[in-house]
Amino acid sequence: MAKTVEGLYYSESHEWVKVEGNVAIVGITDFAQHAMGDLSYVDMPEVDDELEAGEEFGAVESVKAASDLYSPVSGTVVEINEELEDAPELLNQDAFANWIMKVEMSDPSELEALMDAAAYEEMCANE
Amino acid sequence: MEENLLKTCLYDKHVALGALMSPFGGFIMPIQYTNITDEHNAVRHKAGMFDVSHMGEIFVSGPDAAKFVNHVFSNNIAGMEDGKILYGMMLNEKGGTVDDLLVYKEFEPDHYLLVVNASNIAKDYAWLCAQTEGYDVKVVNESDTWGQIALQGPEAERYAVETLGLAPAADLGFYTYYEAEYKGTRMIVSRTGYTGEDGFEIYATHEAINEMWNVLLAAGVVPCGLGCRDTLRFEAGLPLYGHELDDDITPLEAGLGMFAKVKDKEEFIGRDALVAQKEAGLTRKSVGIELQDKAIPRAGYPVEVDGVQVGVVTTGYRSISTDRSVCVAMVDKAYTELGTKVEIRIRKKVFPGIVTKRRFYETNYKK
Repeated sequence: MAKTVEGLYYSESHEWVKVEGNVAIVGITDFAQHAMGDLSYVDMPEVDDELEAGEEFGAVESVKAASDLYSPVSGTVVEINEELEDAPELLNQDAFANWIMKVEMSDPSELEALMDAAAYEEMCANE
Repeated sequence: MEENLLKTCLYDKHVALGALMSPFGGFIMPIQYTNITDEHNAVRHKAGMFDVSHMGEIFVSGPDAAKFVNHVFSNNIAGMEDGKILYGMMLNEKGGTVDDLLVYKEFEPDHYLLVVNASNIAKDYAWLCAQTEGYDVKVVNESDTWGQIALQGPEAERYAVETLGLAPAADLGFYTYYEAEYKGTRMIVSRTGYTGEDGFEIYATHEAINEMWNVLLAAGVVPCGLGCRDTLRFEAGLPLYGHELDDDITPLEAGLGMFAKVKDKEEFIGRDALVAQKEAGLTRKSVGIELQDKAIPRAGYPVEVDGVQVGVVTTGYRSISTDRSVCVAMVDKAYTELGTKVEIRIRKKVFPGIVTKRRFYETNYKK
């Protein structure tokens, strides 16, 4: 059973967002890593990339497939988790403890369009 | 569409094992039972078994059988001994590949077994029937009545002999077979496979195949899905119809010219087109490409040089056995020399790669 974490925002494309001030910390959910299976590569954005909410910013890949990642918010990438470049399996081990990128938000009101843990769980139950 | 998918005789076994099931070649087939990496490694280091009952079995017999098979088949069956097997293609008049297949010379005069891809059974059978005019042959599609298990890996021989009691399997050379009865019904055991490892393909009735599957499973042979069948065949440099070969790709373009005997054989369907293609020179060819990066090239991704597309990836993976990002791609002839620098566009970025051989893993066939 996939787990969720209270206090995070969730997107329909299975990213989570943790907010620290004006920065959105973005990762993939436990549901997403379960669905993908063993991950062998994380395609990361680059620092200073400008992203629109809903824009593709990278991908996670298992042996059999690539799954695109979509930014839940608009803004500028300020940091990426370089640990994942050599150890994509960290996302399988704990999807919520291992973030992918940090985005300086240009419009924090976009967070209101995202789901809370309960709403996200309900969406996953219907997939 | 799901309700139109065919089930193999082992379908219930896959469901009971909790396999992830997915459509392939008109069948609903197991993709993986646990995960692709573990199943892949079982075949490379121990033994795995695949349900390949979806493959097609077409029997050709009659006074003109040898002549007919040599007419439709790109490889040369002249003088083929009983119990021998040859790989090759059926080509259309343009030299494009109708299918790639195995031809078994049966232990009766003028009898051949053609083993074809599941996705092409109907097309191949219709194609063969359409070529029979002027030949005294009988073409029979028995695909529905045969089940098939591929038992593959360095321990395959031990399981074939000790677990299944198929003692003669030990004496088979690569690409040969023997026939026997399994509890009173006909069985074919060949030293062939699609993994780059030693192993056997066993053809028998649905009941016999179910019994053998149970016995092998109980003995510890790892059930393996089509997911790792693809990673294994890819590493071993073996083509998959629909990717490295199709109706518009000739064996020369696919780098499989050694299986199209233009010099040895005066006539076969597609020969003239291959001769013309050789004279004119190829415009494209299938190559291997290795990336320096960990990004994974996948089927359909563009191959580029200086920002211009010069080819397309036909199969690609992060190779499980070598831990390298590699692919096979169909590339303009000018960029097919070993060592040529190319780039592969993966989503928004391009990654540098180098043209290599198409085989990424040293195969371990029995001689």
